[in-house]
Amino acid sequence: MANPKWIDATVKWIDYRLPVFTFVDHHLVDYPTPRNLNYWWNFGSLAGIVLVIMIATGIFLAMSYTPHVDHAFASVERIMRDVNYGWLMRYLHMNGATMFFIVVYIHIFRGLYYGSYKAPRELLWIIGVLILFAMMATAFVGYVLPWGQMSFWGATVITNLFSAIPLVGPKIVTWLWGGFAVDNPTLNRFFALHYLLPFIIFGLVFVHLWALHSHKSSNPLGIDVKGEQDTIPFHPYYTAKDSLGLGVFLIVYLAFVFFAPDFFGEPDNYIEANPLQTPPHIVPEWYFLPFYAILRAITFDIWFISAKLIGVVMMFGSIAVLLVLPWLDTSKVRSARFRPLYKQFFWLFFVDCLALGYIGANPPEGLFVIAGQVATFWYFFHFLVIVPVLGKLERPRPLPESISAAVTRRGVKTGRAS
Amino acid sequence: MTDKATPASLDHPEDGSRRDFLLITTATVGAVGAALAAWPFIDSMNPAADVLALASTDVDLSPVQEGQRITVVWRGKPVFISHRTAKEIEEARAVKVETLPDPQTDEERAQNPEWLIAVGICTHLGCIPLGQKSGDLRGEFGGWFCPCHGSVYDTAGRIRKGPAPTNLEVPPYTFGDDNTIRIG
Repeated sequence: MANPKWIDATVKWIDYRLPVFTFVDHHLVDYPTPRNLNYWWNFGSLAGIVLVIMIATGIFLAMSYTPHVDHAFASVERIMRDVNYGWLMRYLHMNGATMFFIVVYIHIFRGLYYGSYKAPRELLWIIGVLILFAMMATAFVGYVLPWGQMSFWGATVITNLFSAIPLVGPKIVTWLWGGFAVDNPTLNRFFALHYLLPFIIFGLVFVHLWALHSHKSSNPLGIDVKGEQDTIPFHPYYTAKDSLGLGVFLIVYLAFVFFAPDFFGEPDNYIEANPLQTPPHIVPEWYFLPFYAILRAITFDIWFISAKLIGVVMMFGSIAVLLVLPWLDTSKVRSARFRPLYKQFFWLFFVDCLALGYIGANPPEGLFVIAGQVATFWYFFHFLVIVPVLGKLERPRPLPESISAAVTRRGVKTGRAS
Repeated sequence: MTDKATPASLDHPEDGSRRDFLLITTATVGAVGAALAAWPFIDSMNPAADVLALASTDVDLSPVQEGQRITVVWRGKPVFISHRTAKEIEEARAVKVETLPDPQTDEERAQNPEWLIAVGICTHLGCIPLGQKSGDLRGEFGGWFCPCHGSVYDTAGRIRKGPAPTNLEVPPYTFGDDNTIRIG
């Protein structure tokens, strides 16, 4: 059935055979969206746009890059100096990675604050965690490609984590490397994976949006949409709002690209990889610092389990715990606006994550060791104890009757007896 | 002419289980086949024949003076070769082995006491410890010191302090004569 909306004969003809126009109309134009979304709801679409920018710049970079230990570093320098606009492609890609993580981290904290992960959006949230995980893997293998000192030693330290696995650990590390150290086979496969993973992320994003459009967006009040009076069409309202946000985002992003392109980078990565010399202080990219701090927090063995293995398990566990968050949170109220205690613990948790990042950037000596242990403890305590218990103890504030009642002076007439 | 159109399974009661059996065996064989077919893909990521062919390195020890340390590359990894002084050997042997985090005697680690040969990769997270050059920090036991997370090794390459769980790995090696070794 052709959608009666279409008048143009060509549009009608196509839409009858392949309903693309109906699809776009259904998901981007007439799509009913809660009328009270604030600017924190911009970051999902921003993340999607950054993904497209990353794939586009990445494909063009790949045309000039050579994944071989003898040529990789030089080919990146050639991109920077000789390839037309190569410097722009590379700086967009480098800073794009940073922006991708900033946007996604804000998107995740938005979800934590407004309880977006609660029923019926558990799978939507879980797919999001998988996207985060795939992003981290992509970023890690991508950082190795320029074959600088940090590339090489970052790859060495992180792949060595797998040697902590009992019995098969060293075998797995050799398998990951394709040799006995990080070397040419490693660089080759990391390049192949770095090209593959973004398309897997793209697929996950599609499923993420599919789940999103099944139950639609949550909203700052965290209450369900009760009818048409609670929603407005996506276009022009949210296309306009998202475009404004995009403009602001691009100003920030391009300010770094043009005026401080190496702000987030490590100077050591402009030294070619040398397998015989370790830089004095190895740090991962900023977006991994909190997880690096958790990895290093464990300095003691527990019974027969080595500190190294516990550190690795905790680091992966810090992301895995997000997968079960929808069931750890026992509160029926979604939004922190109506949860006075949770709101405070949320901000405490936020500060804890920043602290972990700061600790991860510093050498593990003296007070940083203790601070790292306290912050790591709090990270897990928040999810495993505070969140479940708070749902039982906390007395939430009364929820508004409906979205429209809360955002208009007297509420829009529902036209329904209630 | 009969219009009793009974389903086949009622006519032949054993058919249900026969079908289940066929279905389950086919699916199982298919799954095992798919799993076996995955192995070549997984194994292709293991070290290739040419990588394995480079698995041994010959070193001429004659130019290495007493007290000098050199680094050679074996399988893409640095190997520390230390021509130990009498004092260093004595220090390595004087230690009470039971008190070490990873107990090993010096005799177990050095075939010829004058030469300590160990993979120069910190057993914590894979950094290269300092101590090969004469001006380097060597840590308080005169061996090696890892700048990444502060592990300290003694003159036998044994872990003495810091987060590393085990001693520096001793690679397999054989002395050709007193002045050459083959590592690997």
